[in-house]
Amino acid sequence: MRAARVLLRPVGLAGFGLLVLVLLVAVFGPVLWDGRATVVDTGNLLAGPSAEHWIGTDNLGRDLFFRVLVATRLSVALALASTGISVALGIVLGAAPLLAGRRAGRLVTGAVSVLVAFPGLLLVLFFAVVFGVGARGAALAVGLAGAPAFARLCHTLIAGISARDYIAAARIAGVSRWRILRRHALPNIAEPLIVNATMAAGGALLTFAGLSFLGLGVQAPSYDWGRLMQDGLNGIYVHPLAALGPGIAVVLAGLAFNLTGEAFAAAFGVDVIPGVARLRQVRNAAAEARGSGATTASTDAGTILSVDDLRVTIPGAQRPIRAVRGVGFAVRDGEAVGVVGESGSGKSMTALALARLIEEPIRVEANHLVFAGEDLMAGGDSAARRKRLGTSLAVVFQDPMTSFNPVHRVGPQLAEVSRFHQGLSRRAALARAVDRLRAVRVRDPERRARQYPFEFSGGMRQRAMIGMGLMGTPRLIIADEPTTALDVTVQRQVLELLTEVRRDTGAALLLISHDVSVVTDVCDRVLVMYAGRIVEELPARDLRTLARHPYTRALVAAVPDMETDLTRPLAVIPGLPVDPSRIPDGCAFAARCPLADDHCRTADPPLRADAAGNRVACHKAGQALPDTAEVTA
Amino acid sequence: MSETTSAAVSRGLPGRPGGLWANRWFRFALRRTGRLLISLWILVTASFLMIHLVPGDPVRAALGPTAPADLVLARTRELGLLDPLWRQYADYLVHLFHGELGTSITSRLPVSETIAQRLPASAQLAVAAFVVSMLVAVPVGVGMAVLTRRGRRRRTELAFTGTSVVLGAIPDFLFGVGLVYLLAVQTHVFPVAGRDGLGSYVLPVLALAIGPAAVLSRIVRVEMLAVMEADYIRTARAKRLTPVRIHLTHALPNAVTATLTLGGLLLSSLVAGTVLVENVFAWPGLGSTIVSSITSKDYPLVQGTVLVYGVGVLLINTLVDVALALLDPRSAIGDG
Amino acid sequence: MTVLSFRDVSVRYGSHTVLKGVSLDIAHGEIVGLVGESGSGKSTLARAAVGLAPLAGGRILLDDRPVPTRGRARPVQMVFQDPYSSLDPRMTVGESIAEAMRERLGKQARRAEITRLLALVHLDAARAGDRPGRLSGGQRQRVALARALAARPEVILADEITSALDVSVQGAVLNLVREMRRELDLSMLFISHNLAVVRYVADRVAVMYDGEIVEHGPTTQVLGSPQHEYTRHLLAAVPGAAHRASAGDRASAGNQASVGNQASAENRNGILSPTPKEHT
Ligand SMILES: Nc1ncnc2c1ncn2[C@@H]1O[C@H](COP(=O)(O)OP(=O)(O)O)[C@@H](O)[C@H]1O
Ligand code: SF4
Ligand SMILES: [Mg+2]
Repeated sequence: MRAARVLLRPVGLAGFGLLVLVLLVAVFGPVLWDGRATVVDTGNLLAGPSAEHWIGTDNLGRDLFFRVLVATRLSVALALASTGISVALGIVLGAAPLLAGRRAGRLVTGAVSVLVAFPGLLLVLFFAVVFGVGARGAALAVGLAGAPAFARLCHTLIAGISARDYIAAARIAGVSRWRILRRHALPNIAEPLIVNATMAAGGALLTFAGLSFLGLGVQAPSYDWGRLMQDGLNGIYVHPLAALGPGIAVVLAGLAFNLTGEAFAAAFGVDVIPGVARLRQVRNAAAEARGSGATTASTDAGTILSVDDLRVTIPGAQRPIRAVRGVGFAVRDGEAVGVVGESGSGKSMTALALARLIEEPIRVEANHLVFAGEDLMAGGDSAARRKRLGTSLAVVFQDPMTSFNPVHRVGPQLAEVSRFHQGLSRRAALARAVDRLRAVRVRDPERRARQYPFEFSGGMRQRAMIGMGLMGTPRLIIADEPTTALDVTVQRQVLELLTEVRRDTGAALLLISHDVSVVTDVCDRVLVMYAGRIVEELPARDLRTLARHPYTRALVAAVPDMETDLTRPLAVIPGLPVDPSRIPDGCAFAARCPLADDHCRTADPPLRADAAGNRVACHKAGQALPDTAEVTA
Repeated sequence: MSETTSAAVSRGLPGRPGGLWANRWFRFALRRTGRLLISLWILVTASFLMIHLVPGDPVRAALGPTAPADLVLARTRELGLLDPLWRQYADYLVHLFHGELGTSITSRLPVSETIAQRLPASAQLAVAAFVVSMLVAVPVGVGMAVLTRRGRRRRTELAFTGTSVVLGAIPDFLFGVGLVYLLAVQTHVFPVAGRDGLGSYVLPVLALAIGPAAVLSRIVRVEMLAVMEADYIRTARAKRLTPVRIHLTHALPNAVTATLTLGGLLLSSLVAGTVLVENVFAWPGLGSTIVSSITSKDYPLVQGTVLVYGVGVLLINTLVDVALALLDPRSAIGDG
Repeated sequence: MTVLSFRDVSVRYGSHTVLKGVSLDIAHGEIVGLVGESGSGKSTLARAAVGLAPLAGGRILLDDRPVPTRGRARPVQMVFQDPYSSLDPRMTVGESIAEAMRERLGKQARRAEITRLLALVHLDAARAGDRPGRLSGGQRQRVALARALAARPEVILADEITSALDVSVQGAVLNLVREMRRELDLSMLFISHNLAVVRYVADRVAVMYDGEIVEHGPTTQVLGSPQHEYTRHLLAAVPGAAHRASAGDRASAGNQASVGNQASAENRNGILSPTPKEHT
């Protein structure tokens, strides 16, 4: 299957085809053409290209084209042999920390990191001196010189694997180190290793060509491409092809290895260069049916945010992922609205879409999305709008560790908002940043403002992030799981800070959380999301007692709190959340719902409001649930 | 970027008790110096041992089978090869300390003199090539990242990646040969070989710089793309900054740190690459010296040149680490 | 009867002392909860018991003998937090479980044993051939438990095994933990930062703060009438606590300076939820 994926890409196909060709010529070349490559044509010494000799002849009148073909074997064999040496030695050295224990491992790693600093060619020259000039010496030299790089690679890869808990679990189970290396480490690093070995073979090929070109590699009467090139260079004025011909062969063979490696990398999902973000292929999803659960939300005065029929679609590999399917609600000035639901229910996507922070190729559509009286779906990205959003809409993200730019100090990162949108000078903006840090109760704000994010604790960063939102005069704070990454005590402080900020500034809050208790503590109203829809909306204080949707009730009952009955098993929601790329007909919750019947499985329940303004999307809202037996997922 | 760097060094971000040791810049300097010294020691020892690792009699090998036995003996004594090994090592270190690298077996000239005479030409070549490749790679990489982000303009992306893969797969000496053929033999725009005037620099520098520039620009692009997906870029967008500002002040500095790490490796391989390119262009630098000394088995000269190349590479690595630490203070606290 | 006993255990990483003389006993058939903030040393204590963290002082005894950390017999097993990193993606569920078994079994016997273990954690025997990539987080955590059980352990150390799971799955795993204790008579150290979860499964609770155990005792006692200030502070921070704790409790928690809270006591009282909430 993987091989198929390699071949499906044009680059992979080209690379792989070229590689096969090169290997075939290497295997059969000397058998087929050795005669023609050694025949001495005394009438044609150092001749130029002709119909008889396509790229000319050498000083003995031997046909250069066939010499290039025959030289393939030696060139490729030397490259492969030396790569083999590098890889084998690299694995042994790289696995040293795993096999020989911490101390010996550290010694080896230290030595490797010193050696790796020296460029391969320099090491090759060193070893070439020691092993003497010649093909065997060169192969050993290139192999040894490549070993540190592979050792470093194996070491990094194995270290990454060793940090995983399954290695710890195997250790605890008494599995021997060799077995851990063989069964757990090597299989999991094989793919990047293959990719890098393929590319290294290409590199070795070039190095050999270089060595022979310098006269330090293959010696006459043997010849590889490098030697042929060197012989040709003397006559480059007269017969350029004599030097360029073997050069082209080197480049083609090098490309064959490199392209194949790249294609492997793409197929395996290996980063050739660390940190490559792989994005799903963009596909223009066909226009879809309107979400049926859309309810028009009011856009009265006193409403800070109102959204109707919000849809977020992510182009997927097979089919589009419908992460949000017709969400509509409104947030009044100063109100705190919570959003709860399992992970994957579309909470974050909703939040990002509302803040207009979703980029191509993900598609966001809505009937309207009105923030502070302005329809954000209409109009472009004008400076005026940027200024309005930048100063009146604050966003707080889940992971405080990654949400600050690591290379800038915290103070300037806050100050940027005022400098950019409010035209403050650097000094004035920094003063305001310090003031805002003080407002979110960061102690010693002058000093803290000059520090880098990594010098802040998690809770401190989340305060600073809230402070960043306070640089302007926020009218709405969108907080996506702002405390999930934090400890309970720190979570409490951050939640209190949010409440306080709201009291002082009158800002509204949209708080997203998977924790029902957090939302009931902080919010006035709760939206419950399932499979990209709102399934229930009700006052937060009623969540535990008056919820009518079976999903809401199960969600509340599944979470133990400090009053949970210890004598009974916890309620459990059976089954798995819906895969947002395959949303079934009818009610999305039907597969897990104890009340589901055939009607539920065919007709999608609309989100209907009652007299009190609470909304629920269920055909059997409020019906008694069967006593929850212990069900397991 | 600039405001973070300069102040960071001068102030040293102290504030915690524990004196000098608590200062992370001090610890960083100490650790990095320690590593440099150890690496230097390994380099020196390796170059000392080289002559002893050669199988057979190195002096006999250098002078050839026809040389009279007493001449070989005299040279062997001269090189101190009859002393006990520890004594030779000690002498080697002492001489090195005084800047003496021995005498060439073949030319009978002091090695240090030859190196001093040839080093500048090589260094000029390497530095010029590095500057050129950086100047090309960073803007091209950033531009391509912005243009082809999130699967946009796939054709441009394919063309760029394809070109850079091909250019990256061509060894620098082949570029040299190709450039000589095109621009010197065919069109006579630049001189074929030698070091004579500004024009003579163009081809060798180009030959050295094209490959690294192609590889580096691809790395810059990939790093930029990765950085553009980071959470803090989303934060910057939530601040509603203009795209230009987000790219230049928030993404680029982060992409550059990763690029610099690889750029450093590239620079060291550029230093080594000069060996080949110098041979193509008959450049009067160290590269041709080291090759001829290896073929003629002039071991003292090989020792000296290997040492000089090695020291150059180590210094570059140290410089890169310092630059990284200034750009991204986190890298100064890790184990370096 | 004490099964696992930590005696004055210290662990140091470089100059940083993570555990400062911790003593804790786990009795036969008992679940001991260990709570505390992240970085307080909870995981280190568990890792020390299985030889994954170096001891700088003290002893860890199993039935009065040092815990074996060599050889095939490993009577202390551990289950980890992250279900996505605790199973080798290249191994099938069955292979992962078989690897932890004490003795090499024949093919038939091994398959029977895998089926038995999977049944214990309520997984279908057909799952044995799946790779972890096809399992949900909750299912993976069950496999991890089955693997721990495969070693026929006397004690299981469960390190935050539900905190990476969704709330809807967490309940099922907690039920399983209680069931296993009831039916297999296992002893367990159950680490969590979630007090409500610990309250639900643990017989006794130990509270850890900055590498020391500051309070321990029966769960109802520690959580019902906490003695140490830090425990009170933790309890006050539990979400949903607003409608339970008295104002006095909260004020005293707010004054706890050592936890680094800069909020003044008045402030804390002033900003608690604007709308008083009823509880069920
Ligand atoms: N970048 C992405 N690529 C593909 N799928 C995504 C991406 N981001 C989110 N999704 C999918 O969208 C759905 C909703 O995700 P999200 O809004 O993050 O849910 P929540 O915040 O409720 O956990 C999930 O199924 C998730 O897998
Ligand atoms: S509509 Fe039917 S299946 Fe859906 S939640 Fe209501 S009762 Fe359950
Ligand atoms: Mg989310």
